[in-house]
Amino acid sequence: MVSDGHLVEVSSLKMYFPVLAGLFRRKVANVKAIDNVSFYIKNGETLGLVGESGCGKTTTGRCILQLYKPTAGTVLFEGTDLTKLPPNTLRHARRNMQLIFQDPYASLDPRQTAGDIVGEPLLIHNLAHGKAYRERIDEIFAMVDLEKRMEERYPHEFSGGQRQRIGIARALAAEPKFIVCDEPVSALDVSIQAQVIRLLERLKEELHLTYLFIAHDLSVVRYISDRVAVMYLGKIMEITGSDELYKNPLHPYTQALLSAVPIPNPTVDRQRKRILLSGDVPSPMNPPKGCHFNPRCRLTRDICKEQEPELKDIGGEHFVACHLIS
Amino acid sequence: MAEKILEVKDLKTYFYVNDGELRAVDGLTYSVEKGQCVAIVGESACGKSVSALSIMRLIPYPPGIIVGGEILFDGKDILKLSEIEMRHIRGNRIAMVFQEPTTSLNPVLNIKRQLTETLEIHRGMKGVRARDEAVNLLKLVGIPNPERRINDYPYQFSGGMQQRIMIAMALSCNPALLIADEPTTSVDVTVQAQLLEVINNLRTQFGTSVIIITHNLGVVARYADTVQVMYAGRLVEGGKTDDIYSQPKHPYTIGLIASVPRLDMPRKGALNTIEGLPPNLAKLSKNVCAFNNRCKYAIDKCKNERPELIEVGPGHVAACFRSAEIKQLTEAG
Repeated sequence: MVSDGHLVEVSSLKMYFPVLAGLFRRKVANVKAIDNVSFYIKNGETLGLVGESGCGKTTTGRCILQLYKPTAGTVLFEGTDLTKLPPNTLRHARRNMQLIFQDPYASLDPRQTAGDIVGEPLLIHNLAHGKAYRERIDEIFAMVDLEKRMEERYPHEFSGGQRQRIGIARALAAEPKFIVCDEPVSALDVSIQAQVIRLLERLKEELHLTYLFIAHDLSVVRYISDRVAVMYLGKIMEITGSDELYKNPLHPYTQALLSAVPIPNPTVDRQRKRILLSGDVPSPMNPPKGCHFNPRCRLTRDICKEQEPELKDIGGEHFVACHLIS
Repeated sequence: MAEKILEVKDLKTYFYVNDGELRAVDGLTYSVEKGQCVAIVGESACGKSVSALSIMRLIPYPPGIIVGGEILFDGKDILKLSEIEMRHIRGNRIAMVFQEPTTSLNPVLNIKRQLTETLEIHRGMKGVRARDEAVNLLKLVGIPNPERRINDYPYQFSGGMQQRIMIAMALSCNPALLIADEPTTSVDVTVQAQLLEVINNLRTQFGTSVIIITHNLGVVARYADTVQVMYAGRLVEGGKTDDIYSQPKHPYTIGLIASVPRLDMPRKGALNTIEGLPPNLAKLSKNVCAFNNRCKYAIDKCKNERPELIEVGPGHVAACFRSAEIKQLTEAG
């Protein structure tokens, strides 16, 4: 199924990681990192993906980019199923999709200069050589507000925010259409975080990009995204527009997640009703039967423990997976 | 006015490094009343953790040294105490929860051993009594099944549970003051809400005074009585929580509040940023406002003189030459 205006379409995506044990490294169990996830990303929009650590949001991003080979399901990018592409064709297709990593300290090669790091995609994809190569690097540096003289420096000479800009510059080099931003601002200080968010917003406008924005900070995700998908234990619980998500969250998990996010205003924050979730997220190796959220949900009924809820469209592009919502 | 449990007066902690003298904390003054929750807010490397470690007298020497000031705890200057006297206070009267529970807990000892150690040293408990008390502490911070889990090792707990154990450990001697250094930075929001609720319950239950150090202004809005904002080793603004959020007087505080995207505000375009980077402390002159190169409202005076804290309202101080007119300036854009 290819709908108009959908850049990425993920259907029934599953990613199981085998757990091996014993002398012969036999498979004893599966970690179900993503368990039957479907969603789409429209051309030019930002889809936010939130959830607690270990819920499978990073794995989802990597499966879309085919950095993991999904166990099952399809990933359509501009109508082509990426999971079925041979390696050579996939390499060309990858030019259109890039990744920005969370940790600006671990994701840059310490022995390459900033200019070489940003220029590498140009060489790999055979996009520019010689004078054009240098000019293109200058151009990308200017785009992310880094000075030209910084091209000769090594990653350790930059601050965290500047390194993240180099990471963004590298992602932009091959002129992609789609960028997966995996927690791009989580490691940064508040004031620097705001600078990087603004930069990502501006680049999206200028270069007509489409983002999948993965983060655990709901206020950041809501700010930058057009629509938000909430994940829990390998499943999508709710997808809806960013404003709708705040005004009218329907899934009990979304409600709890929203209520846990502090608002930097004491008068407003003290008046809010808080739903405290008890306990921790269960292990994805052995997820609970029925709805994955049922052991921590305050509204659990018998059906929740037996049957897994489907992600249903309740109108106005609002999808919820909960038995209590019809 | 309530009794003060802690008074920090003109605290100066310097580090001597290759670049020269690095004034990590340079003239910090604030106080904590009994049963109060004080938040110290600032970005990385603004000196907030160093100021907490100074109170615990845990600054590594060399290169760090407390060069001046007073820290009055219960009326006594703890900087004048001998190391032996300090040991009776550290972990006993003043306890600390560190940022990274994973690296703060000893991986090769089980939880029981780590919890009973403080009980044995400071409260003279032994054997079964110490164990029972440790189980009680785990119950207090909400660890399910404490009788069984007390024999587990740190790796068997999740990050949020480990942080609860750290809090239990800090509370084991019923301290008068609890310092929590970024207690929720490495955990998820849902767990963060749980942990803050645990700390807050203990405060109301036992009357413990709390200092929470954080870089996230949202975290403290609900719990803190007063907020102290630090920048480049100095206090730039301090006062009651409601005053700080409703009428901030320092451009840095204003910028910090505006840089956080808010759930209850319209999206897009609402986010303001503070341009530039914090200054290099080793190269910072003593005769400028440390914030002047990032400040939208800087005037010539800011580049030639260091602003001191002045009273801008009842119990509200700010270190800015233009704090009186800042409201008009921000409204004008």
